[in-house]
Amino acid sequence: MSATVGTGWEVVIGLEVHAQLLTRSKMFCGCPAAFGAAPNSRTCPVCQGMPGVLPVVNRRAIELAIRTALAFDCRVNEACRFARKHYYYPDMPKNFQISQYEEPLAEEGVLEIDAEGASRPIGIQRLHLEEDVGKLVHEGTLETARASLVDYNRSGVPLMETVSKPDLRSPEEAAAYLKSFRAVLVYLGVCDGNMEEGSLRCDANVSLRPRGATELGTKVEIKNLNSFRNVQHALEFEVTRQRRALEAGERVAQETRLWDADRALTRSMRSKEFAHDYRYFPEPDLVPLTIARAWVEEIRAGLPELPRRRRQRFVAQHGLPPYDAEVLTQSRALADYFEAAVREFPQPKTVSNWVMSELLRVLPADDERAIQGAPITPARLGGLLALIEDGTISGKIAKDVFEKMFRTGDDARAIVAREGLTQVADEGALAAIVDQVMARNPKAIEDYKKGKTAAAKALVGQVMKATGGKANPGIVNRLLEEKLSKT
Amino acid sequence: MTGLTIHELGAAYRRGETTPTQVVAAYLARIERLDARVGAYLTVTREAALRAAAAADARHRAGTPLGPLDGVPLAVKDVLCTRGVRTTCGSKILERFVPPYDATAVERLAAAGAVLLGKTNMDEFAMGSSTEHSAFRPTKNPWDLARVPGGSSGGSAAAVAGDLAAGAFGTDTGGSVRQPAAFCGVVGLKPTYGRVSRYGLVAFASSLDQIGPLGQDVRDAALLLGAVAGHDPRDATSVDAPVPDYAAALDGGVRGLRVGVPREYFIEGMDPEVGRAVREAVETLRGLGATVEDVSLPTTDYGIAVYYVIAPAEASSNLARYDGVKYGLRVGGAKDLIEMSSRTRAAGFGAEVKRRIMLGTYALSAGYHDAYYGRAQKVRTLVRRDFARAFERVDLLVGPTTPNVAFRLGEKEDPLAMYLNDVFTVPTSLAGLPAVSVRCGFSAAGLPIGLQLIGRAFDEPTILRAAHAYERATSWLARRPSLA
Repeated sequence: MSATVGTGWEVVIGLEVHAQLLTRSKMFCGCPAAFGAAPNSRTCPVCQGMPGVLPVVNRRAIELAIRTALAFDCRVNEACRFARKHYYYPDMPKNFQISQYEEPLAEEGVLEIDAEGASRPIGIQRLHLEEDVGKLVHEGTLETARASLVDYNRSGVPLMETVSKPDLRSPEEAAAYLKSFRAVLVYLGVCDGNMEEGSLRCDANVSLRPRGATELGTKVEIKNLNSFRNVQHALEFEVTRQRRALEAGERVAQETRLWDADRALTRSMRSKEFAHDYRYFPEPDLVPLTIARAWVEEIRAGLPELPRRRRQRFVAQHGLPPYDAEVLTQSRALADYFEAAVREFPQPKTVSNWVMSELLRVLPADDERAIQGAPITPARLGGLLALIEDGTISGKIAKDVFEKMFRTGDDARAIVAREGLTQVADEGALAAIVDQVMARNPKAIEDYKKGKTAAAKALVGQVMKATGGKANPGIVNRLLEEKLSKT
Repeated sequence: MTGLTIHELGAAYRRGETTPTQVVAAYLARIERLDARVGAYLTVTREAALRAAAAADARHRAGTPLGPLDGVPLAVKDVLCTRGVRTTCGSKILERFVPPYDATAVERLAAAGAVLLGKTNMDEFAMGSSTEHSAFRPTKNPWDLARVPGGSSGGSAAAVAGDLAAGAFGTDTGGSVRQPAAFCGVVGLKPTYGRVSRYGLVAFASSLDQIGPLGQDVRDAALLLGAVAGHDPRDATSVDAPVPDYAAALDGGVRGLRVGVPREYFIEGMDPEVGRAVREAVETLRGLGATVEDVSLPTTDYGIAVYYVIAPAEASSNLARYDGVKYGLRVGGAKDLIEMSSRTRAAGFGAEVKRRIMLGTYALSAGYHDAYYGRAQKVRTLVRRDFARAFERVDLLVGPTTPNVAFRLGEKEDPLAMYLNDVFTVPTSLAGLPAVSVRCGFSAAGLPIGLQLIGRAFDEPTILRAAHAYERATSWLARRPSLA
């Protein structure tokens, strides 16, 4: 429940999301950007901020940021520039961070979110690149540590910061925004989206204003929102805190607060008077970056179809119900899987049913890697469905075959042959079994003649049982009908 | 064996008259004998120099020298990083800093076979015009040991003037190669911004810093520049343009060249001896066939003001990394992080450096940023336009390098008086243009006077050619300081 529902207040939220880009090397040097490894083993004079060294821009990071900007329909600026942002902290070896300020890479985009069943566009103000900082390791807690160590492995890893407009109107919407945002980034392959490892980090700006007011209230920045749950809970707490203050006639102080997930509250980190003066100025060690239009168009041409558009296409092109389309586009890998299987077996709804009921019973829909590495490839699923289609096996048998395929990684045809699961479609053989079953069940025949058509179903069941499920149900039905009408 | 120019040394090596080891040993002996009085060096790399000389000997013996610098003993300002050799920047805060990497320029010199004699003294972090702001000791001018060698590359200029190195490298941010070259009577060149990689040059003001050679004559300066110039993928501001053969471009004279003389470079209060010598030099160029024109650079007056906003602003940022956490000095006993950094910086930086950090921090602060840094950048554009306009009419500009000759140690205690020494060198730095200072006479007291030749961007060949023609037409180089 939103903390202001039914009150006279409107909630205004904007999010700043930092995403680590999936580049091989760091933003301004050649060190590996991957997570993990022994402290300071992935560093060089550049990312250690030694005297006299210079940054060189990682072209791949620019490319991934442009790709993201295009996905959000941002304007990619023809020129952008890096700037130095200054503050003293030992995790930042130069005591300034190379970021972008007045001339960001991209501006003015939009991200569609689904809120209360409807879709709503949330504005994106800007998207820019910067370098990550290192990590402090304290002996004990920050307050009691006798010494602190610095690990610069993360220093210089490319970060993309995306700032939304203050368009979000509730903590739920903020969480929905972050979810959509993450899905797009993972879809694009620009970020692994891992919030626990810090690949995706979120800060929020939140304020309240009387409903109907046009001016914004005093905003509070909340840091350390490292999960969807935290975003929603922290904002709910903060909205309530601000509403109570305002209703008590107090003023909300402009400040930065920290979300404490253990105690489930936000606490003041620094007030406006102690806000940093970052003393931005253009990074003189890097020339302004000119982004060639041809390059942007090349990147645009290589963009994958985004979840939202793909969902719409699944309905329009494959004739799927919206629910199926939604489930199947939860991850790029799953949607790719579905379409690859449809290419093998062009009956989309049948494929959808099997993917949703069987594949997703054993694999999580958003686990890209698991789906990509599924032991049943899309081609093999297609093969299995073809066996049902041509009458080789029944749907019921197929489910067992599916499980065996998943366990062994074998092809459907091989399993069917090995285990003798082929349907009995020989009319002569089936006619003999039908005769035996009819002879053993005179009562059922009587019932059928009295008009109880359900009795025929029981007879079909008997035939199936007698054949170990392998009888072709279509042929059995026809034979029974013929014989019953003659008796 | 000391005192030969680089091109003379090269010829002597080729003819087998001497060897790099003999020459390097002679320089090391001279440094040992005389440098206590001059103070040009902060570190002498004796063993490494002898090893490098022996390798050069072998190449010369085999008839396969690496080029004109093979076996040539050079000195490098202590602001250029040298792998395994401490690099102090003339500061207490980096007194024990040993870089694990070479500056690109140092790397290229080594690849050319040059022998590094040692690291030269400088004003702390290249902030100064007298080398009195070195945290370790002042350097003296070999022409008169009571006078300053200029700065901030005073150690390099004094080393060349005093025959303590065959050639040297300095860095020039607002005149730090040209002004000491003028004071010490050697040739000093500031290349076009972007011509020489700044990788491994410990930054003072990144948008202005350039590495430049100091030589005994123009040909030496040309040879030294050729060895370090060119694009470097590690410096995004280094320009990917072909490097001409500077030495080959020296001949050809000045006939037909249009020389502009900026009227703003002859000002009230400048040493009349300097003005006279420079005007005579202009007449010499005219006599050699150049046409001479009066030109105007109306923004000259604003150069110092603009420079003392932009350079300190960048310095305040570049020097933020010296906090006692990672390398260099750390003052212990602090109760927390802020105190550790504050104490380290208080003890590690000298007064001039602190002054500039404060100036720069102020200029970038919220509320002042537009009035200072923003405004300074706009005026910098006007300074560039001044030069562009002048270069529509002339091929090069000629004027004094400094308004006066070398002053006495301790004479300029007022920082502003010191800053004004750079009035003719700063505008060129702001515009990123190449300029060279050559000897053009002596004061009555026997102190050298510098003539500055300024060129279009990347047109080092033209100013070197004119400087060379002037040098050959005069006999100023015949006089040498007597250090004995």
